[in-house]
Amino acid sequence: MDIATHVFSALYQFGDAFAFLVLSACGLAVIFGMMGVINLAHGEFIMCGAYVTAAAVHAGLPLPLGILAGTVVSALVGVLVELAVIRHLYDRPLDTIVATWGLSLIATQGTLIMVGSTMAGVGTPFGSFQVGDYSYSIYRLVLFCAALGVLAALYALFNWTRFGVLARATIQVPHMAAALGVDTRLIYSLTFACGAGLAGLAGGLYAPTMTLVPTMGATFIMEAFVTVVIGGADVFLGTAPAGGVLAVVKSVMTSWQGQLFGQIGLLVAVIIVVRVLPKGISGFVLRERT
Amino acid sequence: MSKSVLRGLRAAALTGTLVLGSPVGSQFAIAAENPIKLGVLEDQSGDFAAATIGKVHAIQLAADEINKAGGIMGRPLELVPYDTQSDNTRYQEFMRRVLQRDKVDVVFAGFSSASREAYRPIVDQFNGFAFYNNQYEGGVCDGHMIVTGAVPEQQFSTLIPYMMEKYGKNVYTLAADYNFGQISAEWVRKIVKENGGKMAGEEFIPLGVSQFSQSIQNIQKAKPDFVVTLLVGTAQASYYEQAASANVNLPMASSVNVGQGYEHKRFKPPSLKDMYVTTNYIEEIDSPKSKEFYAKFKAKFPSEPYVNQEAENSYLAVYLYKQMVERAKSTKREDIRKVIAMGDVCMDAPEGKVCIDPKSQHMSHTIYLAKVGADHSISFPKTWEDIKPYWLGEAGCDLTKKDPMAQYTPSNPPPKP
Repeated sequence: MDIATHVFSALYQFGDAFAFLVLSACGLAVIFGMMGVINLAHGEFIMCGAYVTAAAVHAGLPLPLGILAGTVVSALVGVLVELAVIRHLYDRPLDTIVATWGLSLIATQGTLIMVGSTMAGVGTPFGSFQVGDYSYSIYRLVLFCAALGVLAALYALFNWTRFGVLARATIQVPHMAAALGVDTRLIYSLTFACGAGLAGLAGGLYAPTMTLVPTMGATFIMEAFVTVVIGGADVFLGTAPAGGVLAVVKSVMTSWQGQLFGQIGLLVAVIIVVRVLPKGISGFVLRERT
Repeated sequence: MSKSVLRGLRAAALTGTLVLGSPVGSQFAIAAENPIKLGVLEDQSGDFAAATIGKVHAIQLAADEINKAGGIMGRPLELVPYDTQSDNTRYQEFMRRVLQRDKVDVVFAGFSSASREAYRPIVDQFNGFAFYNNQYEGGVCDGHMIVTGAVPEQQFSTLIPYMMEKYGKNVYTLAADYNFGQISAEWVRKIVKENGGKMAGEEFIPLGVSQFSQSIQNIQKAKPDFVVTLLVGTAQASYYEQAASANVNLPMASSVNVGQGYEHKRFKPPSLKDMYVTTNYIEEIDSPKSKEFYAKFKAKFPSEPYVNQEAENSYLAVYLYKQMVERAKSTKREDIRKVIAMGDVCMDAPEGKVCIDPKSQHMSHTIYLAKVGADHSISFPKTWEDIKPYWLGEAGCDLTKKDPMAQYTPSNPPPKP
């Protein structure tokens, strides 16, 4: 086996881990990292996106439209949840833990009761390609590109659009934004919906590759939280480098010693980063800049 | 209506038992007030629910049939179910509750081996009596337990030599990282070695892991002739879809897939192509007994996604319990074990004839080799009839003489007397 094969396989594994971390974390980066709502129902928004995507594909829609449907439905559910529950808890961050944890239990068990214990998968599109001795799934590259696309879109949204400026202003100093005529309630709703929609997008993108069960959100939540926690408050400057660092640690450890050590390495890296950079990677980067 | 009749009716309503056609009178009131209680501790939610809700339904089906036919020795069978939520601590909590508060006569409990080992000391401590109706890694030598599921000498001694003959002698094991996966992998190693093969590699996956890109590459690097997949839980089942999309294209062998989690129904073809499974029952088995069982199951639970081997194990276990109680004329564990010691506790189950082995209190099975085709249809290239759970007895476990209440493995066999 030549060097190029090894390099490609290492890059592929990095990209795969990076995509999983970033896509799991993006929605949470908006809701938790930016808005400060500790959303333990994040996994259930992902599950919602995956279920809607699969249902749409079973109903005959092509997969991209199914993923779009999953994203939109999750965002709408996010609006409802924000109006009904989260809105009343913005100044009680610890209470959001209990509220969203309760929501996640209701969502998991409700799905089990209403939809059943499993849902038929939709199959992974695009097939595979060969590099050296290894064959790879093309769809995993699509996931990597989707992760990069989502990061770019988030950067553009929060830095270059009017909504992004208003959202950042509202979250930083809400009463000042309100005094300047911003409808802060609407901005909060929309931002939360954006986070929920991103979670739904992650679910939709991973739906073809995974078991569709009511508890599937739980497999994302650990990765999502550690990425956001070490990323810090800035969606783009936090999530992207955090995903990069953790993906390197995870893919190297997993290829060296297997899945268990991949998980151990991931958590050890998180402990070290949180200890050294209490404000996360984005806190460190932004302090350097000013 | 007299007070006693009212009480009888209330008891009947509470227990949910159906004794159709029996006159509402003193006899019924006595019967309803003195049911045989069967605790049901199974995962009705959580990571294992997909494979285990059918077990609860199977027990309900058998209990209804028995109650309609007059109960056990004239006493109705009352189920005391709890949802153990795929959580080992729930098993311990509910096992104490059914034994101490509900005072059940027998408990049917457990899917994962971790949960069984979590509750087994409690059954031993309170001198309870439990059925474990699940295939597992074997080796439990405990007089408080009856195991109706299949064990490695039934599933691997048949499957692995077949696969090695058909595909080659390089074997890779991908197993869930807990006692079931570790001990099953030990069995695979042992049988591969005995048959002159070699292990191309092994990897143990923590429960709940759903991303397998690196594991898939490790397998491709090791170049095995086939992969033994001992993956447990719905998260780990994502492996098949991901391996298929990376075009791994290796035959797979398993003791847990298809027969538990009906992956061939859940995933889009052809991700489970060339999966071989040894199982003592799945709904595709084409025999009159199997068809009859399947029809009864579907009539009572029309939306059941799949009737798996653990559902059949649970169903037949209720009937075996009935037979043993009626022959012992008692629900006491000691009396029932005297009946087991006679060595002729057998029944015609949906899979075929099964018998309880007195030495290990495990069960003989008909083992079907199920092959998943490219379109996810099931064929049965081979059937082994009456495979006995011989390993524990040969290794030195004899529950008719001594009850060590322990679990043994090939590398940790029972101590020689």
